[in-house]
This record gives sequence, structure tokens and C-alpha cells, in this order.
Amino acid sequence: MALSNRSKRPGVCERMVVKMAVKETKKDRIFNIVNYSILGLILVITIYPLWFIVIASLSNPDLINTGKVWFLPKDISFIGYTSLMNDKSILRGYINTILYTFFGTLLNLVVTLLAAYSLSRRDFVGRKFFTLMFLFTMFFSGGLIPTFITVKNLGLYDNPLVMIILGATSMTNIIISRTFFETNIPKELWDAASIDGCGNVRFFFRIVLPLSTAIVAVMALFFAVTHWNGYFVAMIYIRNSDYKPLQIVMRDILLKSQFNAELLQQGGDTAGLMQEELRAAEQIKYALIVVASLPVMLVYPFVQKYFVKGVTVGAVKG
Amino acid sequence: MATGRKEKKDTGSLGYKKTASGKSYLLLMIKRNWALYLFILPAFLYFLIFAYVPMYGVQIAFKDFVATKGFLGSAWAAPFYKHFKTFFSSVNFFGILKNTLGLSVYYILASFPASIILALMINEVKHTHFKKLVQNFTYIPYFISTVVLVGIIQLFFSSTGMVNQIGALFGLEKTMFLMRDGWFDDLYVWSGVWQSTGYGAIIYIAALAGVSPELHEAATIDGATRIQRIIHVNLPAIMPTIVVMLIMTVGNIMNLSFEKVLLMQTEGNIGVSEVISTYVYKLGIQKAQYSLSSAVGLFNNVINLALLFTVNKICRSISDSSLW
Repeated sequence: MALSNRSKRPGVCERMVVKMAVKETKKDRIFNIVNYSILGLILVITIYPLWFIVIASLSNPDLINTGKVWFLPKDISFIGYTSLMNDKSILRGYINTILYTFFGTLLNLVVTLLAAYSLSRRDFVGRKFFTLMFLFTMFFSGGLIPTFITVKNLGLYDNPLVMIILGATSMTNIIISRTFFETNIPKELWDAASIDGCGNVRFFFRIVLPLSTAIVAVMALFFAVTHWNGYFVAMIYIRNSDYKPLQIVMRDILLKSQFNAELLQQGGDTAGLMQEELRAAEQIKYALIVVASLPVMLVYPFVQKYFVKGVTVGAVKG
Repeated sequence: MATGRKEKKDTGSLGYKKTASGKSYLLLMIKRNWALYLFILPAFLYFLIFAYVPMYGVQIAFKDFVATKGFLGSAWAAPFYKHFKTFFSSVNFFGILKNTLGLSVYYILASFPASIILALMINEVKHTHFKKLVQNFTYIPYFISTVVLVGIIQLFFSSTGMVNQIGALFGLEKTMFLMRDGWFDDLYVWSGVWQSTGYGAIIYIAALAGVSPELHEAATIDGATRIQRIIHVNLPAIMPTIVVMLIMTVGNIMNLSFEKVLLMQTEGNIGVSEVISTYVYKLGIQKAQYSLSSAVGLFNNVINLALLFTVNKICRSISDSSLW
């Protein structure tokens, strides 16, 4: 209504706005140029390091170390990748991580979404108690050591199950999902369904879940990325190298040798064999980073459109 | 018929605590929604076992913990604050506290405004494609794991790494970034800014999308320039979001990215990189001094909680927005 009015006869204000806009174009243009250039620069700073890793993983390491590789891979070799394939510990770590991520995410989704749905229901008696109980864990915790002792007493120390169970849910994600359910599942829907004799279980699985693909996707992404990238739990609780996830294996390769490598490079006069190993090691590192980050980057474009929605939906009601 | 029943239920669910027949209604609701209790059971058990049992176990900070006797059976320390005293009077105490606070404050000062500024800048972009491009690409680094991030830092900042090569193009001498402890803070903070600014901006961009265009029109008529409109229209509009984020950030001031600090630690920079959480890890997990390290951890958590309450109170008194 207001819109159609406006288009019919522009008022004084509208005309002034147009005038101002015209008058401001020069200043505007300067502002835009500066703004766009800075954002362009930020974009380059964000993306270039990632691109560099990709091209470095494919290039001759000598050319990288002498600063000859900048925008495209040079003297392409796949030595880094082929060495990765032959490394048993990396392969084992990769498989472990896939298993932990799959089952861990599954458990996360079940625990989180079910709890969030219950908390989103206003007619759920005890809602306040559970909310407060869960909320408190966001601000206070027993700390690392009491948690460690608890996990140990449960027999989960050096047990691959700890990688799936620990972190099964978090209040932050419950809040995000709860807010989504509150805003997207109208109360009337439950009223109507329950009158027709539909129970809570059937309602959740037949009606709520199909209407909530966005939040399921976001939660799956959040949790899967956490499992895929997590190394803390494994560092504390996993000792057996058969159970080690990729990140731990990667840490051993990427970081443990680094300090020595730095010393070697500083020393300069090392044996030729060492230099050779060092060169291959560099290549492996770049390739390893690519291989370890690729799955997340590949999933990302598909979930991306839900992602922003997910981050912001929980923020509305902290 | 249907509407009648609905109305009855509405008044019931809103006022069940006040009505005289409240109790029977309560029981009815519990009975009818039994499945919801089943739904919440896993999360309830999870928090009970993995959050509340350790919270109960925090008492070992005041005890001499013996593994075979458990949380309850271990004898009280004499005096009960023995472990706190040990920590406070240890030579490391001030150094560690200083490192923790210094690194954390530096990080907040750098990263907190960065996200807001990026959001304000992205918000000014009128080309939808460019806007989407910047927005979607700047938060990609957020998905990189800490191990990979630290790996990247070490590859790029090594003596033959990319950064030194770029420096060489401008005639700068090689810098041993990783060997010198003076660079630890900067590498930690700015790699964090690189990784999380785009992600942090998302929330502000969403808040900015809700700013009414009429406010901008009015400001333009009053002769406000674009910069002025950003400062006097956009910034106040997202202030409530900023305040809430600030409270959350300050409430976590002592919780540095433990993983990252530990990964970046070398024998060379231990003097500046030892923070409370890494200290707890080494003392507790590696040296098995459970009671002492629990005391240190408790000290850390209590400070966090106290800060959270303080900042929330300050925010509530000087502005309208607060966490609760």
C-alpha cells in the first residue's frame, strides 16, 4: 500500500534523496573504490595462503624454497601424494577419522536435535530446569583434570569410543537448534497433530524433521567439522597408535620434525641424505595439509547456503 | 469444536502453575508428553556424567587425591587451600598469569573489532556478486583445523618459507620468526585473526541486514556522509549484538585456544607461551599431579565466571543489552 503510494507521486523527501544521491556520487565513488580495494586485499590475504599450499604440494620443493613458485605449480610432481599413500600411519589415521566423524556426528545429531526439540516445546514441564542445568555447563566446568579422571573411571581411556562419546552435544548447538524449532515449527502444527491423535515421537520424525533440513544440515556440518578437525580429545585420551585420528598423525609429521628441520637449515652443512629427506618431507607436509582439509572444503559449498542461517539463527536468542 | 479445544489448551499451558487445579494439569502434561522426557534423556545423561560429575570432582583441588580412593574418599588437604598456596607461591605463577592475560587481551583487541569492521565494510558493498564472494570466502579459513593452521604457520614463517621470500623481494633480511619468542604473540594473534574474522563477521552482517533503510534516508536528508551514516546509524543498530558478543568474549578471557598454544610451543618460546591451560595439561596429564593441577584449573574457571558476571553487570548498567 505504502509502496504503491510512493511510486505514484514522489514526495518532497523522495526527490531530495534522489538529489542528495546524485550530489554524493563523487564522494561515493571514492568511498566505493577504497572499500572495494580493501575488501579485495582481504580476499587475497585470505585465499592466497590456501592456494599456495595447493600449488606447493604439486611443485618441485627446490623451486618453492628458492621462491620461484608464486601463482601456478611449477615442475609438477606427485611425490608428496604418492609418499602419503605408502604411509601406513596416515592411512590408518584417515580411516579412523572417517569412522569417528561418521559415528560421532550421528550421535551428536540424535542427542542434540532430540533435546533441542523437547526444550523448544512450551508445554514441556521441566523445560526451565533442563535449560538451566544445560546452560550452566556453558559457563563453568570441572576442568581438564576432573574430567580426565571421570573418563578414566568409566573405562574410556585409550578406548576409541571416547572419540565418539566425548562432546556428544553442547548447549550452544542445542540453543541454536531449539531456536530454529521455536521459530520454524508453529505451535498450531503440534496442536492440530495431537488432536488428530499423533504422538510426540511420530510428530518429531514425520513432521518436525522433514521441515528442519536446514538445521540438520548445519548441525551435521558443525559437528562433522569438529570431529574431523579435533585433536584435543585424542591427545588426552588416546595412546594406542591404532586408534589415533588423522590430526594426531598429522601433528607428529607436521610439527614434531619442524624444530629439528629449522635447526638443520640454520646449520647449513648437513649431510646430503638429510637434505634429501628434508626436501621430501616438505613436499609431504603440503600434500598432507591438502589431503586432510579437502573433505571439509568439498562438503562446504553444499552446506554453505544453510551455514549462515545456522550461525545467525542461534544468535537471535542467546 | 477444534478451536474451542485449542483455546482451552492455550490458557492451560500458559497458566498451569497458577491455577488451583494446577497439579493435576501438570501431571496430565507430563503424562501426555512422556516422549519428550525420552528425547531429552541422552543429553541429560551426557551433561550429568561428563559435566556435573567432573564439577563434583573439582573438590580434589582441596584434597590430596589418591586414584584408588576416588573423589570422595581422598583425604582433605591440610590446610585445604594447600594446592592453591603452592600454585600462587610458585615461581611460575606471575609469568603464567601474565602470559595468559597478555595473549588473551592482545587477541581480543585485534580480533574483536576486526569482525565488526569487516561486516560494516561488506555491508556497504552494493554488487551482490562481490558481496557474496567476499562473505563466502573470508570464512573458509575457519574450517581449517588447528593442527593444519599451525603447520601452515611453520611452513610459511620458516627461514625458507613464503614470508621470508616475500620479504626478500623487498630487500628485507631473513627473520627467524619461529625461533624467537618475540614473534610468538604476533603469530598466535594474527593467524587467529586470519582464521576467524570472516566467521565472526557473519553475525554482524545478519544484524546489519535488519537496519531499516528509512534511517539511512533520514540521515542522508540531514546531510550525513556515508562514513557518518556507518558510525551513527549502522554501528548503533548492531550495538546490542556487539555487547552480547563482547560479554561472551570477555567471559572466556582465560580460555585461550589451548590446542593452538600447545602446538605452537617450542623450547625456544616457552617463556612467553606457557599459559594456564597448557600448565594444567603438563602438570596434570603428563606429571599426574591431579590435585595441584585441578586447583590451577579451578582458579582459571572461577576467574572466567567472575569476569562474565562483572562484564554482564557493567553492560547492563551502561546499556540496555546484556546476556541476562
